[in-house]
Amino acid sequence: MKWTRRDILKGLGGLPILGTVWWAGTANALIKSKDRSEILEQLQIEPSLPSALPEIGGEPIRIGIIGFGIRGEQLCRALGFATKEWIEQMKEEERLNGNTQLREFLDQEKLNLKITGVCDIFDVRAENVIASFSTPENKVKRFSTHQEMIRSGEVDAVIIATPDHWHAPMAIEALNNGVHAYVEKPMTHTVEETYSLREAAKNSKAHLMVGHQHRQTLSFKTASDIIDKKVLGHVSVVQTFTNRNDDNGAWNYDIHEKASEQTIDWDLFLGSAPKIPFNKNHFFRWRKWWAYGSGLSGDLLTHDYDRLNCVLNMGIPKYITASGGIYTHNDGRNVPDVLQVNMDFPDFSTGSTQVKGKEKGMTFTYNATLGNGFNRPTILMGHDASMELGNNLTIWPDGGSTKYAEMIEEGKMKPNVPIYHYNPGANVPDAVSSATSQYFADKGLMWTYIDGVRVNSTYLHLREWLSAIRNGGTLSCGIKEGFDEAITAHMTGLAYKLGRRIEWDHQEERIVPIEGINFDEILLSSV
Amino acid sequence: MTDILKRESLLKSVVLLRILIGWHFLYEGVIKLFNPDWTSFGYLATAQGPFKSVFIALTNEATMGPVDTLNTLVLIFVGVTLILGIFEKWGAIAGMGLLALYYFAHPPFPWLEQQNVEGSYWFVNKNLIEIAALWILVQIPTGSYFGLNFLLKKESETIKTPQS
Repeated sequence: MKWTRRDILKGLGGLPILGTVWWAGTANALIKSKDRSEILEQLQIEPSLPSALPEIGGEPIRIGIIGFGIRGEQLCRALGFATKEWIEQMKEEERLNGNTQLREFLDQEKLNLKITGVCDIFDVRAENVIASFSTPENKVKRFSTHQEMIRSGEVDAVIIATPDHWHAPMAIEALNNGVHAYVEKPMTHTVEETYSLREAAKNSKAHLMVGHQHRQTLSFKTASDIIDKKVLGHVSVVQTFTNRNDDNGAWNYDIHEKASEQTIDWDLFLGSAPKIPFNKNHFFRWRKWWAYGSGLSGDLLTHDYDRLNCVLNMGIPKYITASGGIYTHNDGRNVPDVLQVNMDFPDFSTGSTQVKGKEKGMTFTYNATLGNGFNRPTILMGHDASMELGNNLTIWPDGGSTKYAEMIEEGKMKPNVPIYHYNPGANVPDAVSSATSQYFADKGLMWTYIDGVRVNSTYLHLREWLSAIRNGGTLSCGIKEGFDEAITAHMTGLAYKLGRRIEWDHQEERIVPIEGINFDEILLSSV
Repeated sequence: MTDILKRESLLKSVVLLRILIGWHFLYEGVIKLFNPDWTSFGYLATAQGPFKSVFIALTNEATMGPVDTLNTLVLIFVGVTLILGIFEKWGAIAGMGLLALYYFAHPPFPWLEQQNVEGSYWFVNKNLIEIAALWILVQIPTGSYFGLNFLLKKESETIKTPQS
């Protein structure tokens, strides 16, 4: 056997190509991975894992439901109780469009509780709870008032999912009677109530949880770590948004066909609100009137404010100004549907990398419209980096950063390329994410995962509350967080209604009084 | 004579095609092999079209790891066989299978929303064209014209005819 040079070339010509491609691939992958580790080392971010909670042991916790409207139903599902209608509807949707909600509901770990009581002033809803959640051993009992239920000795804890003007009276009643309470947001409807509820919570052994379930979102916990590690530098501006453009988003919910003066206890609905004749529109769409709800400032701004308060811990703003109006749904409502809010925190800082004293203070803006659904993400803008915060989390270095100047100079960081991306749905955090992974991340793989299972954050929030009831422990959204949230919402409502800057006195812990003005009267007024 | 020339030039162009496709597969495979963070999770989890549920089923924790490893190994296998010109038929067939999976995970069907594409496609995309190109490689093996097979063939011929 004799091989000529030509033979060798023809036979082994592929080898140098193979070697070159292999070398190029290895080198590129290693350089990228080295750059990434260098960045990650500098950032030192620890992606959050779900916290382990002690088991909710012993006798099942006896829960009373106050209010079984849209949110009440959602909360019950998070507790593990779905109505027969919902299950049927989801089966149908699963068949038609592969909706996985039912499967997720069934996969949800069972909590050690039973629903023993219900309080709803609309007969249809109360009867629905009894029919759906009663078992041969445990018949759900209907109470005509919350006082009756709380004092019956038949419930250990209550879930309050009523219109806003009932939140505080019910929560206070529960706490004063040693009954644990989970109250929906906003925690209160007036400034005065906010102090009373805080007092009640301080004096009670019972646990109060405010329903900001997003505090369970893993990306927010990671964001908290990012702020602590001073990855963003001094954050001077935070922008948050609400963008909705549909009837449901504008609080024009369905009016039930069986609604009538015979099926609804109208006087009880009104409570402290001005006495007016029976009005189905007000009953089902109460969020549209200051008498029962608080519009964008209480209903939606509180989400964004608390989301950021959970990450930044900035507390109540020093100043709030607000403007807006009823510009997209002039349908008889008196709460605004377009709102711009500026909150100022002149003394707040997330840490500076520049000369001492140069940076201090932050403006938090909230811009909401119920007339456009374009998705504008939450952005935190720091001297060294910007962070987009949602269920996913992405950080971009800033071209003018002091902290990353060297790495930007060396081309290891580029202002338009994210240096950190956290997606709790993916198995690993991606440091320098490519356009592709960025795209997929934005596309909506947006759930909180525990051991690879998609989990509803409301479930986690309720579980934390139930665990505290049984085992003790601190709550991620207790009275302190609720107080911050409620005061901020009320200051916003006041700023909007008065057209004036509202100031918070941190020392005195009160809204700086304005002569001749009763804040709560203004908040409850219809204009 | 012209026929042979034609054949020769055909063989050369098929060799070129083979090397380019091999290059493409090998580089993709090596990049993934040396990037411990790489995963096809995003690609699979956002799958569309008739086999959506099959691809999504692959994203569960138990299967994700093996799926990623297998994908990397097959990419490298296809790359190596096509570049070296040995077992190239197997390489081409494996490559077609892999590409078919990519194609059906995000098929360019007009009724589906086109996710993450850099061009405009209507049923036909680059994956499909590369499948067709690999089919040519299956039909016209060139490993014994340029590649390790050339040496193997020569060796066996030498054994058969010891005089030459």
